[in-house]
Amino acid sequence: MVRLIIQRILSSAITLALLTVFVFFAVELLPGDTCTAYLGRDAKGDRLEICRENMGLNDPALKRFATWASGALVGDFGVSPYRNKPVSEIVGWRMRNTIVLALSASLFGIPLAIFFGIIAGIRRDKPVDMVLSSTSILAMTVPEFVSATLLILVFSISLGWTSGVVTAPADAPIGVLLGSTILPTVALALVFAAHILRMVRSSVIDVMESEYVAMARLKGLPFRWILLRHVLPNSLLPAINVIGLTVAWLLGGVVVIESVFNFPGLGRLSVDAVADRDLPLTQCIVLILATGYIVTNLLTDLASLLLNPRLRTFRG
Amino acid sequence: METRPDVIATDDLQIGFVTRAGEQAAIVDGVSLALRHGVSLGLAGESGCGKSTLLLALMGHAKAGLSVTRGACRFEGRSLFEMPEAELDGLRGKRIAMVPQNAGQALTPTLRIGAQIDEVLRFHTDLGPAERHERVLDLIDRVQLPTPAELARRYPHELLGGQQQRIAVAMAVAVDPVLLLLDEPTTGLDVTTQLRILELLRDLADQSGTAMVCVSHDIGVIARLCDEVAVMYAGRIVETGRADDVLVRPRHPYARGLLASIPRLKTGAVPEPIAGRPPTMGRMPQGCRFALRCDHVRDLCRAEVPPLRPLAGGAVACHFAEKLGPWQRPHDLAATALAATDHQPVLWVEDIAITYARPGLFDRFGMAGAKPARAVDGVSFTLEHGEVLGLVGESGSGKSTILRGIAGLWPLDQGAIALADGSDLARSVDERPRDVLRRVQLVFQNPDASLNPRRTIREILARPLAIYHGLTGQEAAPRMAALMADVRLGEDYLDRLPSQLSGGEKQRVAIARAFAAEPEIILCDEVTSALDVSVQASILNLLADLCASRGVACIMVSHDLAVVRAVARRIAVLYRGRLCEIGPSAEVALAPRHPYTRALVGAVLEPEPGQAIESGAVIVEDAGGGPGGCSFRGRCPRAIPLCAKTVPDLVALDPAHAVRCHRAGEALA
Repeated sequence: MVRLIIQRILSSAITLALLTVFVFFAVELLPGDTCTAYLGRDAKGDRLEICRENMGLNDPALKRFATWASGALVGDFGVSPYRNKPVSEIVGWRMRNTIVLALSASLFGIPLAIFFGIIAGIRRDKPVDMVLSSTSILAMTVPEFVSATLLILVFSISLGWTSGVVTAPADAPIGVLLGSTILPTVALALVFAAHILRMVRSSVIDVMESEYVAMARLKGLPFRWILLRHVLPNSLLPAINVIGLTVAWLLGGVVVIESVFNFPGLGRLSVDAVADRDLPLTQCIVLILATGYIVTNLLTDLASLLLNPRLRTFRG
Repeated sequence: METRPDVIATDDLQIGFVTRAGEQAAIVDGVSLALRHGVSLGLAGESGCGKSTLLLALMGHAKAGLSVTRGACRFEGRSLFEMPEAELDGLRGKRIAMVPQNAGQALTPTLRIGAQIDEVLRFHTDLGPAERHERVLDLIDRVQLPTPAELARRYPHELLGGQQQRIAVAMAVAVDPVLLLLDEPTTGLDVTTQLRILELLRDLADQSGTAMVCVSHDIGVIARLCDEVAVMYAGRIVETGRADDVLVRPRHPYARGLLASIPRLKTGAVPEPIAGRPPTMGRMPQGCRFALRCDHVRDLCRAEVPPLRPLAGGAVACHFAEKLGPWQRPHDLAATALAATDHQPVLWVEDIAITYARPGLFDRFGMAGAKPARAVDGVSFTLEHGEVLGLVGESGSGKSTILRGIAGLWPLDQGAIALADGSDLARSVDERPRDVLRRVQLVFQNPDASLNPRRTIREILARPLAIYHGLTGQEAAPRMAALMADVRLGEDYLDRLPSQLSGGEKQRVAIARAFAAEPEIILCDEVTSALDVSVQASILNLLADLCASRGVACIMVSHDLAVVRAVARRIAVLYRGRLCEIGPSAEVALAPRHPYTRALVGAVLEPEPGQAIESGAVIVEDAGGGPGGCSFRGRCPRAIPLCAKTVPDLVALDPAHAVRCHRAGEALA
């Protein structure tokens, strides 16, 4: 068991290290460099040379990689020439905001999806299930910019319950930000909750038809006990992977939602960084997104290990 | 005389479903039975006869989609299907308990064993947590499992099949129910494990006077466990009575057919099949449901349903039960003469060893632990022209692995396999020349998995004819027709898909495909273990006939010694990858010399009640004993210090019979 966990953590660390190399040298392979990108048409002669000297671009690639990677380890991703600020400063606040939004969407959407998934599963083909299942299909098919716009129209403009778009800057205190994350949270949850709900529903149906649940009923156990002890742990197993992917996706920042609500998160920053050819910033964001995926995958694996005793002793 | 009501009774019970066409289809149709306290009843019959549905009904449970359409089921006089759910929950697990067919599937994978037993106590007794825990350990101990405290903390997948089944028994008897329902309680277990579980159930029931209803396709299990028997056919009881009456002097033609189709170890005759197949659900014939397959059928049988009427202490549902004459027991018939062989070997297997190992990523970097044990270790034998050689052993003994090695599906660690002309079979199937491939054919256990569901039977048979004999199109047609006739299927089957065939018919197609190649050797891997006994009998007949008439040699792998005995000329017994005895089948079955063979033979359940348990049949669970020495010594009642030191050689007692035991020369006690 301990060995399994160490193995998983080790392979995650190896993946992360390989990824760092890949991100750095992928940018290296692009035509031009940070300075040509930044200076654009002026990238010639002395200005280019001075810029390259300042950015340390004249060093050999391996040395620059060592500098960059060791800086990245302590949170220093260099300076964005385009924005003329340290990358960590630009990204830091945005990352906080994205995490706040991802957390609130997860905490709101995932339990809700699991709850309704279970209800739909145990009331299979009954009216409750039909309503839940068709609602979830609807939520899956409506694009998020439509649902987000509708949400603003109804709750912000017509009813005036909450602000429609975020007006606070990226470095606003959390308290200020939270008030305007309600609608983005709901809009996000609508998109992913449907997937989780359907996943949980179908695995609840499978588990309810299993021989062990039939056996539990023939043992004369109360239904609620069977649901909590026998059905729930087993039907969450297949849903864990979907939940993990959802959280990773949220952590990357969802561009469409951020754009509609003017939310200062990572998603829009990454689009901007690419559009501006701001290479240090792009490298940093790609690394953050990938780390998010690796970490959530690791957590998903560990959660599966925790819930499923069969995985723990798989190799004796 | 006590006047307690029957523990369980059904009255004209009908359970069925509504077909898409809106018609009623009954799975259990008009069953009336009554069981007194402390009596055990066996429900016998083939798959689809409604016995499992009836058993669940005795607990007030109907599977999804099924409902009670007529009649009633009463537990101690109270109607189960009219009871509120809460009251029913109070009975289930407490007064009526169930031992499921497959404990591996019926135990919740995410809960510890102890917790799953504890649940029953929590909801059906007033005990506190500490007392319950003590009771759980006590129950694990009662079903004869070692180290209860440690076992209670394990998860179901950490137990062996037999141990899981014992846990299911412990759960069922946790609060001393008055009625115990057993649904194929030992199906899928090794024979020696099966015998121990049956003894355990018998003891537990005797101690507390529990009534039992046992559903099994294996009449041997019912004969061992039950006082009374009810034989079911197509949803109805056709004969019922005392077990030592019905199983010895069956009166109904179906009961007779069923008993004649069971292979028996003592006689070794090829069992007789029942012609035809059972009627389809929802399309039952008007009169007697067995009329279509009955040798004694008359006009009255087709017109009128025979009622279940009392006859000589039991009851029979046959118009002409008195006129059928005495039943001739199968072992009164002469044993079928097995094809004589000319002793020309067609296959040499020389000192082969096979290991199953799946190295993972980390193993490749030398992080692996101990080397895996060999599945097959130093096995040698020859197969003679036209003979059937039986390979028997418990699961994990390596019997199927040997077949895979011969078929070239798994590489050998060491040793050689060769055909009569010296063709090398040690090479994998990809490297064998086409002619060598043709000469060795394999028939698998499960035809559902071995026949492509999207190909018609014609396409399935066309492949070997084209590949091995270059016959295509019209050229292949007469051969195909002949093959279908050989396996006794009509030519109209050629254009059907496997899904349109019954299990037995599919296995016939699989056999036809193997014989289409005109092989010298047929390898049969548990080919009848997924089939009903009457179908098994017809497949065994077919294989014995085909092999004898064409001079094809056959290796027949089975866990069922009686099946092998019915068709094999010689039997080889395997234990943990080693041959422990090989000899003429009558000698091995009737006078086994190796202690393990004795245990296997003693654990075979003949379909007749009142068998004494053979001494040495109930062997202990493996106590282990470390590497080196005889692998069976941990379970052997005759082990001596020498057994722990050296592996015994396979010693020939006479030219045809060899045994691997240090004490083989001594007289058996």
